Amino acid sequence: MKDWGYKISKPRTIDLDTADTNRYSELIEKLPSAKKCIMCGACSATCSASNHTNFSFRQCHIMFRHGQYENLSGELDKCMLCGKCNLVCPRGVNTRAIISHMRLLLLDMNNRNIAL
Amino acid sequence: MEAAYHLARHDYYVTLLEKDAETGGHIKKDKKLFPDFADAGDIIQELTRKMAHPNIDLITSCNINELFRDGEKWCAKSNKDACYSGDAVLLATGFDTFDASRKEELGYGIYDNIITSVEFEGKLKEGKILTSEGNVPQRIAFLNCVGSRDEKTGNKYCSRVCCINGVKLAISLKEQIPNADVYCFYIDLRMTGQNYEELYRTSQEKYGITFIRGRISEAAATFDNKIQLKSEDTLAGFPLKLTVDMLVLMVGIESSTSTKLLAGQNHIKGDYGFAASLGINTQDNLTIQKGLFLAGTCKRPLSFSETIADAGAASIRILDYLKTDK
Repeated sequence: MKDWGYKISKPRTIDLDTADTNRYSELIEKLPSAKKCIMCGACSATCSASNHTNFSFRQCHIMFRHGQYENLSGELDKCMLCGKCNLVCPRGVNTRAIISHMRLLLLDMNNRNIAL
Repeated sequence: MEAAYHLARHDYYVTLLEKDAETGGHIKKDKKLFPDFADAGDIIQELTRKMAHPNIDLITSCNINELFRDGEKWCAKSNKDACYSGDAVLLATGFDTFDASRKEELGYGIYDNIITSVEFEGKLKEGKILTSEGNVPQRIAFLNCVGSRDEKTGNKYCSRVCCINGVKLAISLKEQIPNADVYCFYIDLRMTGQNYEELYRTSQEKYGITFIRGRISEAAATFDNKIQLKSEDTLAGFPLKLTVDMLVLMVGIESSTSTKLLAGQNHIKGDYGFAASLGINTQDNLTIQKGLFLAGTCKRPLSFSETIADAGAASIRILDYLKTDK
């Protein structure tokens, strides 16, 4: 396709009517503690990776929950799985396991050629 | 009712003037109470039993439109010109719920599947949660702070009980329709009472209710009479669109018509039309008028348990007044 140097930008809106949230259902089946997240951001505040990048577990989690997978795989790769977030979470969310599992689910979608 | 019972047990004669045909106020409309899911009917029954005390004279369907001090006595005059007098009077005129049609952008009164929390409670009580087309709703959204924390409605205050009431309704809904998707839209969640936070957690953990931080700015019907919502997920930082079968507006607490009228006549009308006590810390049942006392939600939004406790506190203050201070 000809590159005109510009493109039509996608709508920014999260459309929960069309979003595929099945991956999130799979996630909470495996790791039910994800449901307890209250988005306080303690995980992102303590994150070793977020010192040097704009990585935010909270942000990744909420986008995954809403079925917004674009760029998510690359974002999650910024995590070093140090587990500090697990220590600070006030709701006992198994954050590190959730990151690993989100990666696996996204990889699986990629392998099955489900559009991200 | 609670205060009348305590005073009656201390050998005082009490005339209880009730606006409605039956006593019980707003909890008459409730099925269960938060946070322990106590049966509202049982509680009303318990209170009604107390009304059988021989010292209590219960007068229902009685609209008081004038309250004034007449020498050493207090007089309450009804719209049928009956006059009830006493040595002391306790104002327990309660609250009204916010009229949701004032928030036109939320579509109440325009679209059939947008209802208030009071109407939803009624459906719960009937055991039939259905859309206006008679279908079982699969996707339902609750919106908090309708008529609370909203300068445009003149109500800058927080109604305090809607957050937890929303959680209660969402759980009750999931119990009746387990496969429904339930969303709660909020500005802040204020789970301030005992076991409130725990119930919120249970609603997420056990019932899978989705909480979205963001106020719905517009609600409108689609061609098939579903409701399309526009909001922002402020935690994701993106606008959000969602179509639901039913939208429930968690209406806030406002001062009641009787409170405004009777407090106004006695110069104790405070902020937002609620009745003003002498001081919230230690003199909360007293007013600037000798012998005129306050209890419950005529002062400000309170939960049911707080109202009952306040009624007990008010009856002690009235006993003090009648026995010693008068």
